[in-house]
Amino acid sequence: MSLRGTRARSFGERAIGGGLFVAGGFSVLTTAGIVAVLFWESLAFFRRVPIGEFLTGTQWTPLFEPQHFGVLPLVVGSFLVAVIASVIAIPLGLGSAIYLSEYARTRTRAILKPILEILAGIPTVVYGYFALTFVTPLIRPFVPGLGVFNALSAGIVVGIMVLPLIASLSEDAMAAVPRELRHGAYALGATKFEVAARVVTPAALSGIMASFILALSRAIGETMAVVLAAGMTPSLTFDPRESIQTLTAYIVQVSLGDTPFGSIEYQSIFAVGLVLFVVTLAMNIFGRWFLKRYRQVYA
Amino acid sequence: MTADHLSAVSVLGTPPELERRRLWGRVFKGICLAATAVGVASLVVLLVDVAVDGAGWLSVTFFTQPPSRIPSRAGIGPALIGTLWIMGLTALITFPLGVAAAIWLEEYAGRGWVQTVIQTNIANLAGVPSIVYGILGLAVFVRWMAGITGGRSVLSGALTLSLLVLPILIIAAQEAIRAVPSSIREASYGLGATRWQTVRHHVLPNALPGILTGTILALSRAIGETAPLIMIGALTFIAFVPDGPRDDFTVLPIQIYNWASRPQDDFRHLAAASILVLLVLLLSMNALAIWLRNKYRREW
Repeated sequence: MSLRGTRARSFGERAIGGGLFVAGGFSVLTTAGIVAVLFWESLAFFRRVPIGEFLTGTQWTPLFEPQHFGVLPLVVGSFLVAVIASVIAIPLGLGSAIYLSEYARTRTRAILKPILEILAGIPTVVYGYFALTFVTPLIRPFVPGLGVFNALSAGIVVGIMVLPLIASLSEDAMAAVPRELRHGAYALGATKFEVAARVVTPAALSGIMASFILALSRAIGETMAVVLAAGMTPSLTFDPRESIQTLTAYIVQVSLGDTPFGSIEYQSIFAVGLVLFVVTLAMNIFGRWFLKRYRQVYA
Repeated sequence: MTADHLSAVSVLGTPPELERRRLWGRVFKGICLAATAVGVASLVVLLVDVAVDGAGWLSVTFFTQPPSRIPSRAGIGPALIGTLWIMGLTALITFPLGVAAAIWLEEYAGRGWVQTVIQTNIANLAGVPSIVYGILGLAVFVRWMAGITGGRSVLSGALTLSLLVLPILIIAAQEAIRAVPSSIREASYGLGATRWQTVRHHVLPNALPGILTGTILALSRAIGETAPLIMIGALTFIAFVPDGPRDDFTVLPIQIYNWASRPQDDFRHLAAASILVLLVLLLSMNALAIWLRNKYRREW
């Protein structure tokens, strides 16, 4: 029998329980704070810039005249970096996950997994430095027309950064596939590759998809690597060789300057933040829904 | 199947189709191994690159002096102290709050809707981009609570980072508490202990190593955070050390950003040297966490 959720008799016990509840509920207050702040200041912003113009405009020039507040260049910038990151991280992460789950010995896995996790723990500003001073000079001879600041290098390092997330979550999903499925396939004469690629991977698919979505969301929310490596040029382009600006980088750019509270530039970071928050939250909820699905199947 | 077994089969002759399938299997294994190797190699290249760029710039001056326009005189003194301030305050704020929340979720809450809402909310908060916490910190701690926090201060920075790492700490502490077997709780209740006595004397002491490991890992996330602190206005150029929680401040990652964003090579080398210091701090924290986990690991 569990005593969870039952009521304590003495006053002291109840007071302690109440105090602990307040601490637990504090997180809800944080969420409420985020939502309230973003909506409140965005509302003030949308009184000055029509919301239709904000969402569909193709020019983002808030810091010089004439001011335009079309958020599309920033959204495209964020997605461009996220797509490049996915192109790097999805095959590498999935390959690592299959290797760790299906091929590596227990001891090899015990060494490799923490090493990959260190990659995820390195501060993003370090990745920014790496992109700017190492990756860009390295790939410049191979990519004609590559600028000093470009979306490509930023995307590559963000890809390296989210690779462990994909590897780790996908490996968890594959490890959760019951042994019996593998044995059944072997008994039918499948080779190890066929078991890995045609039995385990499809069986773990919802967990793998979840890892992709969560990684994409992380890439969109990534800030310092893109600030340092992708530059501060909000232009509506799909060319990865050019300097762009992401949603996150714009917020940093305004904070670095001396923007007075209450000015339209100050309010604009809340509107941009709201877009970022809504996009990443939607992806996270969707991703965790996928995760839950595979856990229900095999748990 | 052993290698001998396989060769015996091939002497007898394997169907060409099976041979082809096995070959493709070996190629695929190679591809997967290569994918893993790319990740590991990236880490090595990154570390070596930073070490080569920055190692030569580490000196006593570098650790003690404030930043300067002249690279050879520049140092990370204020940034290092600022980082220690921020980390200390963040630990003080998050540890009690996070552990209390975890205890409530694991030991007190029933499996009702309140618990579900709070748990889901914590999971969602853990995925919110760090810069959004910066926006929250700017509006709430820097502006609304300026009278208490002193505006763009160490305290505002620590509060912002506390909100950021709290979900990570709560989730880790919950796992540590969950790992304590229920037989211990039942024995305690059986002897007539109240719920709080059970938690205080049995659950917490047994979960403590796990909780500490989680706390250190959560703080190691905070130590490298840059964007939220830029948002709340940590200075990019500061020549003095904060005297108290209401003072202006800067931290290592911001110093790194500042130097890395300048085009001159010397400043980039200073950035690399600062990265080395940050990574050493970070890796020591991780090593401490792993050591704690292994030292106090218990099989129930």
